[in-house]
Formats: sequence, C-alpha cells, structure tokens
Amino acid sequence: MWSFSNISDNIHDWLSANFNATWTLIIEMVIAGTLVIGLFAMLGLILVIMERKVSAWMQIRLGPNRVGPKGMLQSMADTIKLMVKEGMTPNGADKIMFNLAPFVAMIVAMLLLAPIAFAENFQLWDLNIGVLYITAVSSIMVISILMAGWASNNKYSLLGAMRSGAQIVSYELSAGLSILAIIVLTGSLQVSEIIESQRNGWWLFKGHIPAIIAFVIFIIAVTAETNRAPFDLAEAESELTAGFHTEYSGMKFALFFLAEYVNVFIVCGLGATIFLGGWMPLHIGNWTGFNNAMDYIPSSLWFFGKTFFLIFVIMWFRWSFPRLRIDQLLNLEWKYLLPISMVNLLLVTLMAIMGWHF
Amino acid sequence: MSVGKYIKDVWGAVRSLGRGMKRTLYYFTHHKEIITQQYPDNRETLNLPERFKGEVVMPHDEKNEHRCTGCQACELACPNGTIKVVTRFDMIDGKKKKAIDKLVYHLELCTMCNLCIEACPSDAIKMAQTFEHSVFDRNKLTKILNNPGSKIMDGVE
Repeated sequence: MWSFSNISDNIHDWLSANFNATWTLIIEMVIAGTLVIGLFAMLGLILVIMERKVSAWMQIRLGPNRVGPKGMLQSMADTIKLMVKEGMTPNGADKIMFNLAPFVAMIVAMLLLAPIAFAENFQLWDLNIGVLYITAVSSIMVISILMAGWASNNKYSLLGAMRSGAQIVSYELSAGLSILAIIVLTGSLQVSEIIESQRNGWWLFKGHIPAIIAFVIFIIAVTAETNRAPFDLAEAESELTAGFHTEYSGMKFALFFLAEYVNVFIVCGLGATIFLGGWMPLHIGNWTGFNNAMDYIPSSLWFFGKTFFLIFVIMWFRWSFPRLRIDQLLNLEWKYLLPISMVNLLLVTLMAIMGWHF
Repeated sequence: MSVGKYIKDVWGAVRSLGRGMKRTLYYFTHHKEIITQQYPDNRETLNLPERFKGEVVMPHDEKNEHRCTGCQACELACPNGTIKVVTRFDMIDGKKKKAIDKLVYHLELCTMCNLCIEACPSDAIKMAQTFEHSVFDRNKLTKILNNPGSKIMDGVE
C-alpha cells in the first residue's frame, strides 16, 4: 500500500546502495530540510486562505473571491506582494537583533517540527523525550518576540512583547499540566510510544472526563500560547497597532506571520498526537472488523485530518469570542485554568494508579 | 469565593461560550445570506444607494449656468482644506457683484464627509455616484468644479 514510510525507505535504500554512510546521512538531511521548508511554505499558503475563508463564512461574508478560482490563489498573490516589498530597518532600531528576531522565530518553528509523527514510521527524530522537547523548545518562541519588541525601539512593540512574555510564560503552565495528564496515562514521553498506546482507542475517549477536561484546557492554553485571538494581546491591533511586529515590513514581517501559522500547526499536531492518537486510525477496543476497515485510510490522512480539525477549532475560537483584557487574561490562567488542571492531574493520577481507564 | 460559586462561574462561562460557538458554526455551515455589499461589477444594471458619496460635483444646466454664489460656506465647513473657492468681482449695471472664478476641489484630500454639501445655502454642489478614482498622475485629482465660461443662474443670491 502507498505510504510515506515506503517512500522514505526506498529513498534510504537507494542512497545507501549508491553512497557511503556519511554521504547518505548528509543527503537525507538535505532532503529533510528541503521538505520542511516546503511544508512551511505550503502551510503558510493553505492556512492563510483557510483562515480568511473560515472567518468570512463565520461573519456572513464572502471572503477572498477575486484571485484564482473562488479566490483560492489569494495567499499566493499576497506572498508575491510581500516578497517584492522593501524590508525596512528603522534608524533607531538595534540592527542585529531587529534582523535576527524573525529568523529566531522561524528556527524555533523548524525545531518544533522534528518530533512530530506525520504518518506511520514517518518522523524526523523520534527522541525518547519528544513531548518534553516540544514544550521546552516552544518557550524559546517568546525570546524571538521579546527580541523583536525590544530591538524595534518603539513603545508599542515593547509593550506588546512584554505582554506576550507574561502570556506565554503563564499559559505554558496549564498547557504543560494538561499534557502531563496524558503522560501519566501513557507513562512515556516518546511520541511514537504515546501513539502506540492509543492503538485500542484515543486517549480522549479512554481517559474518561479528566482527559476531556485536559483536552479543553490544552486547546485554550495553546490558543493563548500562539498569541491568537481571543488572546491576541501581544498584537492587539486596536491599542498597540500590531504589537511586536509594528516596525517590520516585507519578508521579515512575513516570517513572523508564517511562524505564527506554523506554530498553530505544530501545537495542533501535538494535540492531535497526544489526545487524538496522531496517525492512529479511529480504533474502538476489540472491534476487529471496524478497526481493519479504518486501517484502509492512510495514516498520513488521519494525522493531517485531525490536525486540520484542531486548527479549524482554534480558528472557530478566534472568530467567535470577544478579546480579553490583560488582567482578565491572567485571571483566567491563574485563577481558573491552573487550579482546574492541577485538580485534574490528581484525578488522572488516581485513575492511572487504580487502573480505571480502558 | 465559595467553591459552589466558582464551579457555577466556570459552568456559566463554558455554556455561554458554547452558545456563541454554536451560532458561528451555524453561520459557517449555512452561508447563503451575505451581509456585505459586493464590489459593483455589474456596470449595466448598476444600482448604487441614493446616498452613496463618490465625489463632489457642481451641476450645470444646459445654458452652462451653476448655482454657486461664491459665499465660501463650503470652504469654511471643510475639515481638511479640500475645497478652495477663488472669487472675483463682476461689474453688473455699474455695481460690483461677487462671483466665483474657480472652485478648486482636491479629491486626494477629500474624506467624503458631506459637510460641504450640507453647508451650501444654494444647493450648488452635490455628491456624485462615481467610484474608481485612481489615476497615474496626482495632479489629475485636483479638479476645478465650475465649467469654463459658466456663470451663476438667474435668481440665485
């Protein structure tokens, strides 16, 4: 059957038959890097047009409908526009940090992609602390935002960056705790083992109500972590113009924009991996016939389907809810989400010890 | 804060957010009604709203006469200096009479606020239903509203 792992195995076999081990490794790394950049470009194009169409339909508008069939090439046109624009650096800015910040944002997004399993046996790096790695590296994201805000030498940028710092640092706690709730059940931080443990059902269904609470908290926390509305206080168009990327233009701005969407993809991929079984098809207990029928759908389709469903949910949040004030934002985290996820973690631990889950 | 109120708060928040999400999901799945005004592509059957504000024009009748007395009320009413009235004095029956030489209108500055039209005591200017004003030369946006050789209509003071 056609699958990503077959293709990658064939390429690996062909390369090792024609080159020595070192060159095989180097060529494979180059291929993987190119694929990652290609995936980023595709994600940028697809997610932007998806966001605009989803927002339009939710607000009873038409959305982009001029460029290409039904406006589907709009994001392509926007990309070309951004590429030919001048990337300005303000006179008062810290030149090195200002120009470095978008690349840091991009590099963090690239690093985060490493442990995500896109399909069965198709993963860049299956390290044994995969989930810990993702939560750790994703907090470097805030450094790029702080760099951008500080180096812009602009009060709005600095305010946006500081808000973003407070927001990401506090929401990482509840995101981490809700991930821990599932780690307690799987007993492993390795992405492939987490997926393997969901062979007889996804954790969202196997973990009873605590898993559902953890899932809801996770979705809320990652929405805040990626700085998207209703938690877009870092950008805050109405009061801070654009927050940390006020002074950016052209491709440097586009890199921040792209990094935001890639981060959304990554956190949704992580949510799909932990709660919805990653590439694992929908399996229900011991229903062999049903499980076999589900296995006919390729694993990559399952992964991307779940991820895009979660992305849709996050877009749905964005276009339904009013924005929060900064004090309401921190209240929500420290007075509601964090205590609830702590109690929830205790419940899950009790459940895991007593063996109440399926 | 009691635990009961805390739980009630959380439940109430979840419920009201859920109601909002249900509403937007309904709109997302039933997109037959569009509330925004679409760009007027249909030039033959173009039907703009009556109060659409495109640009300021000065209507002239068939004898090339307008109703502007040169009172400069529009120039005073304009919030950003879009209109400039240049007046001259005509000698009629040995008496000096004020009339306009040029009514200069800067389309590039105009915000279509309609204040000049409301200020005009003699209804000399009105808003036209034109759009697509973009030009390659900025000077083309500075317009002189009165036609060359035009004069004031009889009976308009």
